[in-house]
Amino acid sequence: MADGIRITRLNAWFGPRQVLRDIDLAVVPRSVTAIIGPSGCGKSTCVRCINRMHEVVPGARVAGRVELNGEDLYAPGADPVEVRRRIGMVFQKPNPFPTMSIFDNVAAGLRLAGVRNRAALHEAVERALHHAALWDEVKDELGKSGAGLSGGQQQRLCIARALAVEPEVLLMDEPCSALDPIATAKIEELIMELRKELTIVIVTHNMQQAARVSEWTAYFLLGELIEFGPTRGLFTSPRDSRTEDYVTGRFG
Amino acid sequence: MSRVAVRRATNATMNILAALAALVVILPLVLILGFLIFRGSTALNVAFFVHLPTPVGEPGGGMANAIAGSLTLIGLAAAGGVPLGILGGVYLAQSRDRRLPWLCRFLADVLNGVPSIVIGIFAYTLIVLPMRRFSALAGGVALGVIMLPIILRTTEELVRMVPASLQEAALALGLPQWKVVLHVVLPTARAGIITGVMVAVARIAGETAPLLFTAFGNRFWHRRLDEPIAALPLQIFSYAISPFDDWHRQAWAGALVLISLVLVMSLLARLATKGLYNRRRTYG
Repeated sequence: MADGIRITRLNAWFGPRQVLRDIDLAVVPRSVTAIIGPSGCGKSTCVRCINRMHEVVPGARVAGRVELNGEDLYAPGADPVEVRRRIGMVFQKPNPFPTMSIFDNVAAGLRLAGVRNRAALHEAVERALHHAALWDEVKDELGKSGAGLSGGQQQRLCIARALAVEPEVLLMDEPCSALDPIATAKIEELIMELRKELTIVIVTHNMQQAARVSEWTAYFLLGELIEFGPTRGLFTSPRDSRTEDYVTGRFG
Repeated sequence: MSRVAVRRATNATMNILAALAALVVILPLVLILGFLIFRGSTALNVAFFVHLPTPVGEPGGGMANAIAGSLTLIGLAAAGGVPLGILGGVYLAQSRDRRLPWLCRFLADVLNGVPSIVIGIFAYTLIVLPMRRFSALAGGVALGVIMLPIILRTTEELVRMVPASLQEAALALGLPQWKVVLHVVLPTARAGIITGVMVAVARIAGETAPLLFTAFGNRFWHRRLDEPIAALPLQIFSYAISPFDDWHRQAWAGALVLISLVLVMSLLARLATKGLYNRRRTYG
């Protein structure tokens, strides 16, 4: 079976309202795939289906197939907790745990999963913070609360927290929409680094951002996948007229 | 007058009114405390804390047994009411089911409104009658039942106030729901839950009616939990309605001790749980 994420005939609902219709999408491993589209088009729901977070919302329902390296994540025996360990997620608003220090935030995933070895924890935290390009800024204040950091730093802390459990895939749900341009640039730089080792799916409202960081782009509209292809092609010569309207700014 | 001047005047008036309202609210508390200190401190001495009550006519003596009794009763009530209330509150806040939580919530609110003496009758029927004796246990159960809905509802409210984004962040790390609640949700809601518990403790510390026919009161030390036990409110009550000046003074002292006890426990609870995470913090 093919590596990466393969989504087949994915449908999703919030109560009676269908938000995704028959999505088919294949994400290439160790690449960045951007999902763009107007508000309410289902792009966030789509990534939340990949790590089984959609079903956390009361009344939400999913049907279809999502595979990671050939394994069906919605198979009857599949454990959503295990799925989420393998597929990390970064949210729109930075959400560090307010009761925990910077160190504890990054260590949380490992520690709460039962890792007790201090040396191993310290090493994992340092590696994750390096990975998230935050180490130099916080190395002297690991004991301080994460809430005292700037918005951009908090978001990188959340990325470090997600990376510490060494996921195979990182989902990013509009990770820069609450950040200023400088912080955004830092996160984008980081994405460029991370894609060497990780499969990244990023939802973004910002078409320039999609063009800058991604190799593949999917355009969603009203719960349907309208077009999917290499980013350059999708932006310069879209096949569908609806995609063209959106990427040229005539709509959305 | 210009519009700015009108606004300034309105602002100043409202500020003064709000400050006055705050003062009026605090006034009764200050008056009660002041009056208690004024009347109670005269009978307060070391003997009050270490001696048993003396027989009628004999001067001196104290309420040592009642202080210990009240602490025992509060401990018994909290041993049942706090864990049950917090666990139930988490359930009410997190359950996806609608009907059972709705029913629980409704019944808890009804229970909260039940006069405490009725809860005393409940404990009397449930424990005193089968055991054929008044006991600390029965008093503890009665007080625990009073605590339960207060803690249940405050915990629910506070767990609800924890942002969903935090729970999602923890779930997305691949943590099972129970660990998310234990290590992320409850610590975030901790300060408020402790306040709720202390409000409940303060409420039951002063309860008299439900103890009348459960704990019953005792002029001596209790030796076991299945015996009648003294309690400060009971002792205050029986001394206050007595015809002896000496006992009246002791009742005032008892009231002062009761209110101080609640205050000290609140402070200790706050100090003991403050920065729980800061102390546990480790660096790998």
